[in-house]
Amino acid sequence: MADHTVPHPYAPSIPWWLQPAATVTILSGFIVYATWVALQGHGSYGSYLSPFYSPQVVVASIPISPAFWVLWAPAGFRATCYYYRKAYYRSYFADPISCMIPESRRRYAGETAFPFIVNNLHRYLLYAAVAVLVFLWIDAIHAFVFDGRVGIRLGSLLFLANVVLLSGYTLGCHAFRHLVGGNLDCFSCARGGQARFRLWQGVTPLNHYHAFWAWTSLFSVVAVDVYVRLLMAHVISDPVLF
Amino acid sequence: MAEARFHVFRGYAKHGDLVTYQVPITEGMVVLDGIHYIQAHLDGTLACRWNCKAAKCGSCSAEVNGRPRLMCKTRVDEFGARPITVRPIKVFPLIKDLVTDVSWNYRVNQQIPPFTPDANDPGPWKMYPEDVERLYEFRKCIECFLCQDVCHVLREHEGMDRYMGPRFMVRIAALEMHPKDTRSRTDLLKGSGGIGFCNITKCCEEVCPEHIHITDNAIIPLKERMADDYFDPWRALLRLFGGKKEPRGT
Amino acid sequence: MTDWYETFEYDVVVIGAGGAGLRAAIAAAEAGCAVGLVCKSLLGKAHTVMAEGGIAAALGNVDPQDGWQVHFADTMRGGQMINDYRMVEIFAKEAPERVYELERWGGLFDRTPEGKILQRPFGAHTYRRLCHVGDRTGLELIRTLQDKAVHSGITVHMEVTFTRLLRDAERIAGAFGYRREDGRFVVFKAKAVILGTGGWGKVYKVTSNSWECTGDGCAMAYEAGAELMDMEMVQFHPTGMVWPPGVRGILVTEAVRGEGGILRNAKGERFMERYDPKKLDLSSRDVVSRAIYKEVQAGRGSPHGGAFLDISHRGAEVIKKKLPSMHEQFLKLADIDITRSPMEVAPTVHYVMGGVRVEAGTGASTVPGLYAAGEVAAGLHGANRLGGNSLSDLLVFGKRAGEHAAAYAKAVRTLPAVDGRQAAAERALLQRPFDASGGENPFTLHEELQDVMGTYAGIARTGEQLAEGLQKIVALQKRAEQLHAGGSMLFNPGWHACRDVRFMLTLCEAIFRSAIERKESRGAHWRLDCPDQDPTWGARNIVVAQSDGRMQVSTRPVPPVPADLTRLVRQGA
Ligand SMILES: Cc1cc2nc3c(=O)[nH]c(=O)nc-3n(C[C@H](O)[C@H](O)[C@H](O)COP(=O)(O)OP(=O)(O)OC[C@H]3O[C@@H](n4cnc5c(N)ncnc54)[C@H](O)[C@@H]3O)c2cc1C
Ligand code: SF4
Ligand code: SF4
Ligand code: FES
Ligand code: FES
Repeated sequence: MADHTVPHPYAPSIPWWLQPAATVTILSGFIVYATWVALQGHGSYGSYLSPFYSPQVVVASIPISPAFWVLWAPAGFRATCYYYRKAYYRSYFADPISCMIPESRRRYAGETAFPFIVNNLHRYLLYAAVAVLVFLWIDAIHAFVFDGRVGIRLGSLLFLANVVLLSGYTLGCHAFRHLVGGNLDCFSCARGGQARFRLWQGVTPLNHYHAFWAWTSLFSVVAVDVYVRLLMAHVISDPVLF
Repeated sequence: MAEARFHVFRGYAKHGDLVTYQVPITEGMVVLDGIHYIQAHLDGTLACRWNCKAAKCGSCSAEVNGRPRLMCKTRVDEFGARPITVRPIKVFPLIKDLVTDVSWNYRVNQQIPPFTPDANDPGPWKMYPEDVERLYEFRKCIECFLCQDVCHVLREHEGMDRYMGPRFMVRIAALEMHPKDTRSRTDLLKGSGGIGFCNITKCCEEVCPEHIHITDNAIIPLKERMADDYFDPWRALLRLFGGKKEPRGT
Repeated sequence: MTDWYETFEYDVVVIGAGGAGLRAAIAAAEAGCAVGLVCKSLLGKAHTVMAEGGIAAALGNVDPQDGWQVHFADTMRGGQMINDYRMVEIFAKEAPERVYELERWGGLFDRTPEGKILQRPFGAHTYRRLCHVGDRTGLELIRTLQDKAVHSGITVHMEVTFTRLLRDAERIAGAFGYRREDGRFVVFKAKAVILGTGGWGKVYKVTSNSWECTGDGCAMAYEAGAELMDMEMVQFHPTGMVWPPGVRGILVTEAVRGEGGILRNAKGERFMERYDPKKLDLSSRDVVSRAIYKEVQAGRGSPHGGAFLDISHRGAEVIKKKLPSMHEQFLKLADIDITRSPMEVAPTVHYVMGGVRVEAGTGASTVPGLYAAGEVAAGLHGANRLGGNSLSDLLVFGKRAGEHAAAYAKAVRTLPAVDGRQAAAERALLQRPFDASGGENPFTLHEELQDVMGTYAGIARTGEQLAEGLQKIVALQKRAEQLHAGGSMLFNPGWHACRDVRFMLTLCEAIFRSAIERKESRGAHWRLDCPDQDPTWGARNIVVAQSDGRMQVSTRPVPPVPADLTRLVRQGA
């Protein structure tokens, strides 16, 4: 006898656990790597400054890795990002691990109570992340300058790609979309409404692919850092392209 | 003639079972056609709701092979030779067979403060395309309640008395962003609306037959609006000292 | 004493929660009445939700030359002058205000760049006149009214089917029916009853209508003694889906042609050039339907017996924006991408112009206390309805019916008494299918009556065929006495269908009898044996009513149009 409320069998085309498993693997890997990098205490090579160490802040009296002075911003930004929230609620907390998959019936407070209520402060981390992004752009420009002369090396392109992906990610942020125009009820009635409407319109397609930018920029940050570290260890050399 | 095997839930909340029916397949047939065939030829007591058979009314919601679907929009040939299992929507109390008691949704709807324009502005109104374009998406909702069915807050955490569910977030979004509406509903969202219970995991968006971006375009923007009013110390300060009104247009 | 039914009491009971019913309920509530709104499906699902193309009102937003006079003339001409001109005048004058009112209640239409309501062209409307939201105007209308209604203090009873109007001597006393969920019987006592129960397209197999369109309200009114008018006028919409078989009849909105869609036959000819060189694809529905029919008869039809409708030249972007649900509908249901290939279309039963005969300004039927508005009422559309005129009809006359019913209810001194015997007789009728053993399957009977209607009362009719069809319907009525339902009264579609079939058979009979009587061709009524219009018939409406338990056919003079209004009609012609 089948009760109406028993779990319904779900027959998706790919196994439902595949996506959460992949998310956990990649995110956990990233966290481990980022922690390791931060503990290294340095990350630059010639014109290149690893994004984990930018902007470079050194407080002489407190001897910790410079990475810790800045990493809280991008880390917090991602941790409170609406997309990453979805990803970790699903894969780390199984809330829900996949749609239609029954959950164990423990207490659930969602984002109404600590800790996840803190996620509502995402906008503040956006402000910080935008500031960091400015520095990353400066770094990317520096990556085209070698001993006072402009040049292009493979590393330069990696830096540029990274900062483009990070911009795509940051400017596609939901809080940003809200800030630039989403919070208006009536564009035509507001001061500067037309400009804000166009901004909002521009941000919307970026926002639509926010997950794409979130993943690619995560990978690119790691890639750039790995590249810088390989140069530092003299494992590879930096091909000159121009 | 080729036949499809239908397993249809028959019975009531406390007792019921899947019953198997063989249904002849016609070209382009949808699951609802199969149900109608069963009603007309095999068992006239099989209960299901439907109205338009054109995916416009949102009556024929059911769980087809474990996924919330509109029966009138789900093609039988999509499943190949696999049997088709049709069960009622799980979140709502079952009445009989495929029919569930969806009255909770109507009670929730009634709690949402209605559209409230400025009484001194009788119109005809000027509303420019850019002011209303994003609202059309929300207004497309056909109230099939598939999103309510799949939302884990309602489905797994018995959240009905805490969270209004994605459908009504869409409705509130349409009201909140309306250029002529003068009311704010962020208090409702934070309070009995329970938007905080949504953890933006997007299952609702995946099943919406109208392809409404429920999470991205309705829920998250509403969460941001709620944050404006309740989670933004900076703004609170501004409000306190500057007496700055919400820059929401009218 | 009587606890076999549940009782409710209201000043005004509105049957039907489509556009007409909702608008009437709001009006009656605003007039201060206690209102009960009853519908047989869930709130917001009524047939009105399917309306696609738009709502006609002479706002003059895109064509400033438009005005009520032109709308009046178009509507009279479309109806071939057997409309009640008084209704048409009220309608054309009040429609704009009803549309703006909808906007004030939160409805959202597509906009012009100047921020006004956008209007699109439609068949036989002289100017661009249809306010719309993409191709889901009905949804917008019903959702807006629904949200307004639930905040107006109206009590809504969903999934209750009424099967009989109760009377206290001549006047209305309420209605009797059952709850679909559990089969419990209900009696609604009321001073006034408003019918907003919609049409009966379901008497045909190939139809765009939803399951609810079984004409219960009209049949109930007839059984309660009301007069029905223009029953022979059944609108065939020229463009329904044809293939695959499961979707046959589903509507392809006229907005496709409004947005520039072109009809072609199998040889690729734009055949409307031959049938209406002036209005072409946007000719009135009766004309286009007949044209497609004739093309198919002449062997120039599409593979599945229709015509091709092509909109692909408008480009994918416009199509997806202006006709999103058509795009999706064809993609999902017929594997056709209309941004690339043409659709196959053929006429489908869409609307009934006939129905309860009502007083022009008030919606009052011939039974005191019984009102009707919307598709169930007759008179506004005459022999052929123009696209988009129904939605505005619902609002204009829904509101009027609500107001007048409220006024009537307030003037009623003594609450009409409910006669328990009427309720008991209806209960016996309803329960009979459970007793009849081995009898008729209601679904089979429904299919058979649809076949009869399709064959004998289709687009092209002859007196002989009609007479034959009537015989068949009478035979089916006999068999309907033996309808059988298994199971219990808990949500039992088979049992529900038994009563629906009886209602439908009554209306089928009315269609045949009226069609036999009208010995001419006019609007939707096309008689091969009397192919021309006959001015004597142009001055008469056909009316059926029950007397001594039998259906009597008679005629009523069409209210003569005053000279100034006649001039309006002539001008544009
Ligand atoms: C596909 C399609 C597209 C259309 N597009 C347009 C368009 O673009 N423009 C336009 O103007 N018109 C259009 N129409 C026509 C228009 O939609 C209908 O004529 C109109 O909606 C009828 O509305 P109504 O309020 O009279 O009744 P309906 O909407 O049919 O509502 C009937 C109500 O009565 C209730 N009811 C019926 N019987 C009973 C009973 N026995 N007991 C209790 N309740 C009962 C039902 O539950 C329902 O709530 C379209 C029609 C179709 C089918
Ligand atoms: S995104 Fe929110 S509303 Fe949608 S299913 Fe997930 S928890 Fe429910
Ligand atoms: S939002 Fe989508 S899924 Fe939810 S009720 Fe509306 S149409 Fe259905
Ligand atoms: S960064 Fe992802 S939503 Fe803000
Ligand atoms: S029957 Fe209307 S949506 Fe399926």
